Amino acid sequence: MIKVTYIEFNGTERTVQVEEGMSLMEAAVTNLVPGIDGDCGGVCACATCHVHVDPAWIDKLPTMESLEDAMLNLAEGRDALSRLACQIKAAPALDGIVVRTPIGQH
Amino acid sequence: MTEISLILGGGQAGAQGAASLRQEGFGGRILLVGEEPLPPYQRPPLSKAFLAGELAQERLLIKPEAFYRQHDIELLLGVAATSLDTAARELRLADGRPLPYDQLLLATGGRPRRLECPGADHPRVRYLRTAADVEQLRPDFRPGARLVVIGAGYIGLEVAAVAAKHGLRVTVLEAAPRVLARVAGAEISAFFDRIHNAAGVAIRCDTGVAAIEGGPGLALVRTSDGDLIEADLVLAGIGLLPNVELAAAAGIPCDNGILVDELGRTSVSGVFAAGDCTSHPNGIYGCRWRLESVHNAIEQAKTAAATMAGKSKPYNQVPWFWSDQYDIKLQTAGINRGYDQTVLRGDPATRSFAVFYLRGGRLLAVDAVNRPAEFIATRLAIPRNPQVDAERLRDDHLSPQTLLT
Repeated sequence: MIKVTYIEFNGTERTVQVEEGMSLMEAAVTNLVPGIDGDCGGVCACATCHVHVDPAWIDKLPTMESLEDAMLNLAEGRDALSRLACQIKAAPALDGIVVRTPIGQH
Repeated sequence: MTEISLILGGGQAGAQGAASLRQEGFGGRILLVGEEPLPPYQRPPLSKAFLAGELAQERLLIKPEAFYRQHDIELLLGVAATSLDTAARELRLADGRPLPYDQLLLATGGRPRRLECPGADHPRVRYLRTAADVEQLRPDFRPGARLVVIGAGYIGLEVAAVAAKHGLRVTVLEAAPRVLARVAGAEISAFFDRIHNAAGVAIRCDTGVAAIEGGPGLALVRTSDGDLIEADLVLAGIGLLPNVELAAAAGIPCDNGILVDELGRTSVSGVFAAGDCTSHPNGIYGCRWRLESVHNAIEQAKTAAATMAGKSKPYNQVPWFWSDQYDIKLQTAGINRGYDQTVLRGDPATRSFAVFYLRGGRLLAVDAVNRPAEFIATRLAIPRNPQVDAERLRDDHLSPQTLLT
């Protein structure tokens, strides 16, 4: 289990325990974190689980694959911290990670 | 009295309708009636990761059960509806219970088209639409087993891919001259034919099924050209029929789907519909159609829920789909119906290419194989109804964004 903190666009913070290997999209849906839909079920096909990763954590993530990079072009407000939560899998190195959900997905 | 919104159907559209009703501020009672015992779950993984055993059942759920409690959405599961009285605004359930409503959302989805040949009721013949269907398949879905897939559409080919990887011996029978004939162009068909062949799947096109013979332990599939194929398991994936009977019997107009407008309204007051079961207009393409996709179910349900909550969010989007087979991701944007030209971009031998579909020089759709950029660029471009230059589309050195903006 690792700790993941989701911060909504209005500032609401939720920290949840996430099983290793589970994606941050699934963990958000399971824990009723609003703003992360995951319409396609986590196969990197819909870009409805866009998050902005906290700057302190962005470099700790594995680099994104070309599919995720391309799909992010569908997300509103993409920036250098943007990732798709379905492609971030909980791992010990990410214990304590903080991500922000964008306003567009609310 | 509290207003009641009743949702019939516990699939993707039903779940989205319930969630969106609350999101749009509906404060009355929400009841969701589902025929299956499970809370709403995702169907796409059924023929992919779930069949492969890579995904536990609870991970199929669209929302955890706590979500429905938190949003005060009542789930009535494992019960079918038998009749609808739109004048009295009452739905009757199979157990005799009457459910009064103020507004009803029909999200009844569809069911697999059944084989009609002699022996179609053979116990080895299966279909794949529900999680229960997959559980029923599992005992026979074992390495070495002989699987005959009838129908080379997305479901059939996805099952064939999972089966081949799992060590089953797979034969696919397709009545049309090529796989995916109903939905894709010849380049895509040829590619998937080749991929499956390389994985050891025997694909036989122009081959129908005359009969299913044999005793309960082993099916003998008699093909239209007279061959007899032994099968431990027969999986028929020959299309979906929309569940419109309840609506039609209640006098709601249906024509290959429950007819709704761009706001999700049927022509009967207080009754709405969304998802696989609807025939709906699309303003971008200027036509009416019925779609079978997650995206359509979600977006149409959002629209219907908004209308039910007194708002207006017309549904008018570019449809999109995906299919995962082996390590291949196929992404489709748009509907290619009526195309008169295809443009191939990239080399299928590299397993990364796209096929654009045009009509009169205008872009209708793309099938993108491991090419997300083309998929996205097309999805964004279609609403502008762009006239495209086939030669430029074909030029793989130009970026997809510059081609279509």
